[in-house]
Amino acid sequence: MSAAGAAPTPPPAHALLAGGPGLRRRKLVNRTMESTATLAALIAVAVLAIVIVSVLIKGVSAINLDFFIKSPAPIGQSGGGIANSIVGTALLVALASALAVPVGILVGIHTSEFARPSVASSIRFALDILNGVPTIVTGIFVFGLLVVGHVQSGYAGAFALAIIMLPIVARSAHEVLSLVPASLREGSLALGVRRWRTVLRIVVPTAASGMVTGALLAVARVAGETAPLLFTSSIASNLVSTDPSQAFASIPVSIFTLSEEASPAAHAQAWAAALLLIFLVVLLNIVARSVFGRSQARIRRTR
Amino acid sequence: MTPDRHTGQPDAEMSEQPLEQRRIIPRPPGEQPTAGRMPPAGDAPPAPAAGDTPAAGTAPSAGDTPAAAPQTVTTPDTVTERQALAEGTPTRTVQLEGLRAFYGRAEQVKGVDLEFKANEVTAIIGPSGCGKSTMIRCINRMHEEIPGARAEGRVLLDGLDVYEHSVDVVAVRRAIGMVFQKPNPFPTMSIFDNVAAGMRLTGMRRRGAELSARVERALVDAGLWDEVSERLSEPGVGLSGGQQQRLCIARSLAVDPEVILMDEPCSALDPVATLKIEELIDDLKQRVTIVIVTHNMQQAARVADRTAFMLDGRLVEAGPTQEIFTNPSDPRTEEYVTGKFG
Repeated sequence: MSAAGAAPTPPPAHALLAGGPGLRRRKLVNRTMESTATLAALIAVAVLAIVIVSVLIKGVSAINLDFFIKSPAPIGQSGGGIANSIVGTALLVALASALAVPVGILVGIHTSEFARPSVASSIRFALDILNGVPTIVTGIFVFGLLVVGHVQSGYAGAFALAIIMLPIVARSAHEVLSLVPASLREGSLALGVRRWRTVLRIVVPTAASGMVTGALLAVARVAGETAPLLFTSSIASNLVSTDPSQAFASIPVSIFTLSEEASPAAHAQAWAAALLLIFLVVLLNIVARSVFGRSQARIRRTR
Repeated sequence: MTPDRHTGQPDAEMSEQPLEQRRIIPRPPGEQPTAGRMPPAGDAPPAPAAGDTPAAGTAPSAGDTPAAAPQTVTTPDTVTERQALAEGTPTRTVQLEGLRAFYGRAEQVKGVDLEFKANEVTAIIGPSGCGKSTMIRCINRMHEEIPGARAEGRVLLDGLDVYEHSVDVVAVRRAIGMVFQKPNPFPTMSIFDNVAAGMRLTGMRRRGAELSARVERALVDAGLWDEVSERLSEPGVGLSGGQQQRLCIARSLAVDPEVILMDEPCSALDPVATLKIEELIDDLKQRVTIVIVTHNMQQAARVADRTAFMLDGRLVEAGPTQEIFTNPSDPRTEEYVTGKFG
């Protein structure tokens, strides 16, 4: 185009792309924000690392075979282990899972597959509140319900843990069920498969590993719960017990009681018990993640 | 169970029986609701269940649904085997009368009267959002699965309204199968299990050799057998897109539907896979009535005997495909098929 007097000449490229006066300041702000966020992330990871390392250092000395297979030594004697607590925690968690996982998964199936959206969202709201109830309150509640007038028992402890697990299992079941593509439900319904059968045979199997993940994370969460057990299952025998009508010893409560004792050996055992607990939780999380990764891969293939 | 099909449960070989025997109409109260799951006495009694069909084998008088007495039931003799059907026994007609469909308050299909003839492929064309998919989803009552969605009017399968009170929605879907836009094989199942799923989950109770035979036949009919016969136990989602779609067609064929609705079955496929499906549609019309929604006008011209053009929830015109594409009576149809809009 010839240089017509009226037409404004377009600015040269270097003027178009130049940042203008605020550029340096904006670059600085950008860099500051980025590094602050990175630092915060590093701090979070560092906290975890410090906890694990310090527990490892203090606890590893007390770890030996006796620690796993022997009951606590009578007062005044050295040695012994926390076998009763390990067995107790395993049984408490197993009983709690037996209560909470089926109910929680059914709740998730209800909210995801059958409930009207308004009903489903109020149920999920209730689950969120239940999830937010302090665990000591849950402990007191179960204490009032099952222990007062009776005795502490493994059943009571497991019931308290189940209350804590329920919302976690239900919410995660709901989430993974809603990840199942609607096209699969339609495909099944269009074959003339009834709704409940579609849910049971098509939707739930597709989401099954995700629900396992949710259950594992819930187990990891309650395995370390102390407060609900203090009122319900803490006055326990030093011997390994498998009778749920008696109170079970448990790893978290043992950490608490051992650390209250005067002897350094008991403190070391408390650290070792803490190390064992952390190891179990980390292990459960890793397993849960790998299971979930596989289920996601499967769902993605149908998208 | 003996392999003889006619000694089994009442709905064993469904396709030779009039609609009443196919349990479009549910059992009288007291009987078990799930089709095919009769009490173990099942082997002894002959085909019709007690009280189910007033006059077995003949065009039924449909005692419990006076409003929907089918006059046009072309009942193949009960002796007729599936092979006879494959050689061109008339399939069923579907007739829409004043069909309207809603999502909440929004009316998406605004009164459609249309007939889908037996042994024919009918294509539904029209611009996006004109209600094509919604309309065919009303035919097998999949529309009502969407929260807030409902339909009005009548959908007659051989004269019997599928929205009739006494009609079991599950039986409707078993008789009127559906293939979706995106292939949706069940991801937890093998190729074999995908095809068998309809039989297993609808209580058709096929086992062993008979189940395998029916799975094979469905895969053969869907033109997939040669490609998968060596790897039936591999996951269905491992197939290519076109193979997955033919797997879905096999899956719906396996429950012996009378009508198959296809909702843009090729829109996610490449041209070669599309061609295969189109050839398949041409074969299938010998035994099922086919309704296909398509965006692709060339596809409609290739596969359909009749074509219906929809616009804004209404049927503009329907007729022989040739006529719709070469000599449409409505100017809007002409504008659409010549590419002036849409």
